[in-house]
Amino acid sequence: MELLIALTIGLLIAAGLYRLIGPTRIDMVIGLLLLSQGANLTIFASGGLKHNATALIDGDPSKLAGLTDPLPQALVLTAIVIGFGILAFLLTLILRSSPK
Amino acid sequence: MTPQSLMLLCLLAPFVGALACLPFPGRRRWSAAVAMVAMALSLAAAIALVAKTSGGEAFAIHAGGWSAPFGIVLVVDAFASLMLAVCQLVVVASLIFAARTLPSRYTRRHLFPLILLLSFGTSGAFLTGDLFNLYVWFEVLLLSSFALMAILPGQAGRSGTWRYVVINLVSSMLFLAAAGLIYGKTGTLNFADLRLRLLEADSPFLIESSAALLFGAFGIKAALIPLAFWLPSSYPLLPPALSAMFAGLLTKVGLYAFYRVFGMVFASGEGFPHRDLLLGLALVTMIGGVLGAVGQNGMRRILSFHIISQVGYMALALALFTPLALAAGIFYLGHHIIVKANLFLVTGLVETRAGSSDLAKVKGLMRSSPWIAVLFAVPALSLAGLPPLSGFFAKFALLKATLEAGNTFAALAVVGVGLLTIFSMLKIWRAAFWGGDVVATGRPPAKSLMVTSAALALVTIMIGLACGPVFGLAETAAACLLDPTAYHEAVLGTGNPRIPAKP
Repeated sequence: MELLIALTIGLLIAAGLYRLIGPTRIDMVIGLLLLSQGANLTIFASGGLKHNATALIDGDPSKLAGLTDPLPQALVLTAIVIGFGILAFLLTLILRSSPK
Repeated sequence: MTPQSLMLLCLLAPFVGALACLPFPGRRRWSAAVAMVAMALSLAAAIALVAKTSGGEAFAIHAGGWSAPFGIVLVVDAFASLMLAVCQLVVVASLIFAARTLPSRYTRRHLFPLILLLSFGTSGAFLTGDLFNLYVWFEVLLLSSFALMAILPGQAGRSGTWRYVVINLVSSMLFLAAAGLIYGKTGTLNFADLRLRLLEADSPFLIESSAALLFGAFGIKAALIPLAFWLPSSYPLLPPALSAMFAGLLTKVGLYAFYRVFGMVFASGEGFPHRDLLLGLALVTMIGGVLGAVGQNGMRRILSFHIISQVGYMALALALFTPLALAAGIFYLGHHIIVKANLFLVTGLVETRAGSSDLAKVKGLMRSSPWIAVLFAVPALSLAGLPPLSGFFAKFALLKATLEAGNTFAALAVVGVGLLTIFSMLKIWRAAFWGGDVVATGRPPAKSLMVTSAALALVTIMIGLACGPVFGLAETAAACLLDPTAYHEAVLGTGNPRIPAKP
């Protein structure tokens, strides 16, 4: 699981950098998008990757041991929202500067 | 008022002002008035905060009552309050210029809410107490600056905007990835908590790779060569009222992040990660920036290259990392923000008077408008570092710090780059202010603009004359970075057993 996520992050960032140096502005937007997904996955992975644990637990703290840290998931949500806003801005910028 | 409510006032006044402007995009006067009131309130709160923290105190707000390091914290110490006060002052001055000089292309498109939100973002970046929120505040100020840039007309404006946007987004991605990695390795993003954990673990493995990513992110924002080439291709396109604010605020927020994160959070004892790299890049930036300015022919472009050169000075102060050098760097930051913004505002005056700030087109301003010449001379000489202006004391303290650190090359660079700065300023002076045939296609600038610029010039002179107390403030701020016990206590609670006792 860790290896898969690590390879995915590497692939996303490599592809993002490659598109970023592409010839058109749309290339650059796609590159930035891929880079931001790579960064988001990095944050997501920093909380630890566990599976087969229950989603809801009662008040027993000993059951917390097998669970991932939820904070990075909150952080990544914020980062996704910001990334989405920026994507909208970039696309508007391209639309406005293209000849009508 | 309590320091906490002052912090909220300082932070939220621009935000509330922006909300009050947004529903009435057509009403220019209303927006301008609201913006002025909001920024004046924020400036007053920032000055009050300087007074409250001048003894080395730190105050924190724990949002929602969540205790650190779990909740969001806003912290103010002497360094943050100093930066807040200086930046709000510059925004107020730019607002006056923006309201009086910008054409309707700008003012009809939410100009004032955007300026307020830009100020909101910078204040948040100064006040935040954790790494992830620093990223969020960076995005707040970047998006407002993107939107301001996007108003620029023409093909050149669009490609300048595009470069600015893309390079800043790359820097944000680096920042975001670094924040993720640091959380994965240490389990915290809160500055105070992170610093304690790094001190406890004391393992370079924990921090060096993520610090390298952050170095890249802040290096782009602060415009360190070789990451600075976006700056001269975008800033000169902006009208002076806006470039004054961009020049004063944006690269300095990057430097503030360098000081806060590398100088305090990552620092242990005598150094921080990648200090030698910062020292080298600072010297390259100082020299490269000033040499870049030599070949330029417009006031806007010359001044933009000087931003880069001066950023090198402030990075050099951090890289030396002695108490004197840090105090010199913080003093330099405060002095530089005011002086550089004022130089751009004077460029605005020249453009109003002569119709252009291209040195080939402007001549003989000394004879037709001597006051503009005086207003240019004060910040220009201060930038170059002539006594008794603020720049002299900033450069002098930095020179003393380089000599005490035994770094002769850096000392030579401090002096040499200062000389080349005088050369550039003289070039502007000779071309635009001297000369016989007066070219005046414009009209004399309004009194209010002259007064605004004169007020900033007066602040420069006052900092120079009252150098002792102001430098004392900078020393307090530097001490807060080197020994952040008060910062830790404000964030984590007094008497927290993890905070190391004072030596």
